[in-house]
Amino acid sequence: MTKMVATRDAYGEALKELGEINDKIVVLDADLSGSTKTSVFQKAFPNRFFNVGIAEQNLIGTAAGLATAGKIPFASSFAVFATGRAFEIIRNSVCYPKLNVKIAATHAGLTVGEDGASHQALEDISVMRSLPNMVVLCPADAVETKQCIFKAAEYYGPVYIRLGRAKVPVIFDENYKFEIGKGVQLREGKDVTIIATGVMVDRALKAAEKLEEEGISARVINMSTIKPIDKDIIIKAAKETRGIITAEEHSIIGGLGSAVAEVVAEYCPTKVIRIGTMDTFGESGDGFELLDKYGLSVENIVNKARQL
Amino acid sequence: MDKMELEKIAKKIRINIIKMLEKSQSGHPGGSLSAVEILTALYFKEMRIDPNNPKWEDRDRFVLSKGHGTPVLYATLAERGFFPKEELNSFRKINSILQGHPDMKNIPGVDMTTGSLGQGLSAANGMALAGKLDNKDYRVYVLIGDGESQEGMIWEAAMLAAHYKLDNLTAFLDHNGLQIDGKTQDVMNIEPIDEKFKAFGWHVIKINGHSFDEIFSAIDEAKRTKGKPTMIIANTVKGKGVSFMENQASWHGKAPSHEEAAKAIAELGGELDD
Repeated sequence: MTKMVATRDAYGEALKELGEINDKIVVLDADLSGSTKTSVFQKAFPNRFFNVGIAEQNLIGTAAGLATAGKIPFASSFAVFATGRAFEIIRNSVCYPKLNVKIAATHAGLTVGEDGASHQALEDISVMRSLPNMVVLCPADAVETKQCIFKAAEYYGPVYIRLGRAKVPVIFDENYKFEIGKGVQLREGKDVTIIATGVMVDRALKAAEKLEEEGISARVINMSTIKPIDKDIIIKAAKETRGIITAEEHSIIGGLGSAVAEVVAEYCPTKVIRIGTMDTFGESGDGFELLDKYGLSVENIVNKARQL
Repeated sequence: MDKMELEKIAKKIRINIIKMLEKSQSGHPGGSLSAVEILTALYFKEMRIDPNNPKWEDRDRFVLSKGHGTPVLYATLAERGFFPKEELNSFRKINSILQGHPDMKNIPGVDMTTGSLGQGLSAANGMALAGKLDNKDYRVYVLIGDGESQEGMIWEAAMLAAHYKLDNLTAFLDHNGLQIDGKTQDVMNIEPIDEKFKAFGWHVIKINGHSFDEIFSAIDEAKRTKGKPTMIIANTVKGKGVSFMENQASWHGKAPSHEEAAKAIAELGGELDD
């Protein structure tokens, strides 16, 4: 059976490992350390951990100040609050001065589940992607999450890392290599291309298997860096296959689908079908049932691929 | 440096503020003129800084949380030798390093990018936390506007500074009583501001913000105060030193005409085209 690990758990572990080798790493949280898993770092390095209380604006502002003094702060909260409540602080105190702040937000997307629409960030990629100097990462599993965290710490500048609450299948092994700005082709295919990010990568791979049974050869690309987007891998897919389907646990407005469509429209026009939430809020329920209900299902990817 | 010399410098800075604004025909005179003594005291006597090494790790830091006060910050930095005074002529103009609001990336001596109100105190907290973590003895100063303290984020940051016992942090509140739309007490009353900061766990000192003696005595008291941050509530006059700008909300964000600038500088004992 496939191993299931939440990306937030991988984040906590990665932070602790990073803390051991780099004493510039400091971590900030806004009263959610048990949920975001920054508590793992806190236990190991209590004096390098700062709880700011339920105050997300101050969370980001304090991280910015720490960064000016040479620290590498990782600031965490739920994605809705980290990117929404604190948006303008991220813009003016972090991105504009290009400070070395990492915002690792958990509980992104519908797979938050039972907490419902108020807590399900479906626009965070869109708003973070629009900020100059911001790098946007959305790892697909625990293995990739760990690499994202290490690469984010190596990179100088603001990084937004989108993580989830739910346990998700581990799809990569130790040989997998993540690089900022590089999409990774996970499956060869000549008929259609599925470009997915985050939790949808696993679903894209499953959809490709089903399509193969029908005689449709689907290429699958993991786009874990949404900004800067890997233009080359998109252009290649646009030229070599009939069309592109994008799949993300995020609104179809402004996220991965938009980023891919922008590249395609400019460099190599072809048909792009975006799978994501259709300009709507989520609701309470089991996270994976919600993915299916809102069209983020294996079946929907298969159906859309048939249309290409 | 004695008080007479500091007063001479303060006068030069006031004159340069007016000159900059007359050239740029854009910017904020009122809240710049109200903070001249505070910045002069910090940059010419108090702070451990090196204009030749603006990013020196062990330097004292200053955050202009009320970022629209760039005229006083830039005029002070130029006077102190962080960059040539000629740069002041390019304030707010295209291709200038001197952006309308502080830009730490491009302006030597600017320790934090600000401009959107309410954010500077949090950044100053981060600097103070880093200093504590690294056992460094640098001090962090931040200037907040009284109107600015209407921002909720100021109070998030006020809580944090007291919670983490940031006694290496000293804040000044430029208490000039005016904001864009009028008197702070009419727009959104912040009083009693001293009691509010006390209730948030700060050591609070009230001074005349135009008196060097009172500024230095408050800074000394702040340095002696252990286990909590200090808020120096500096009672000031918006537009201080220029009769027709004093206590006028209308001079918050308006540049003087050539004639007005000439008059202002004459009052300050200088000449516009000097």
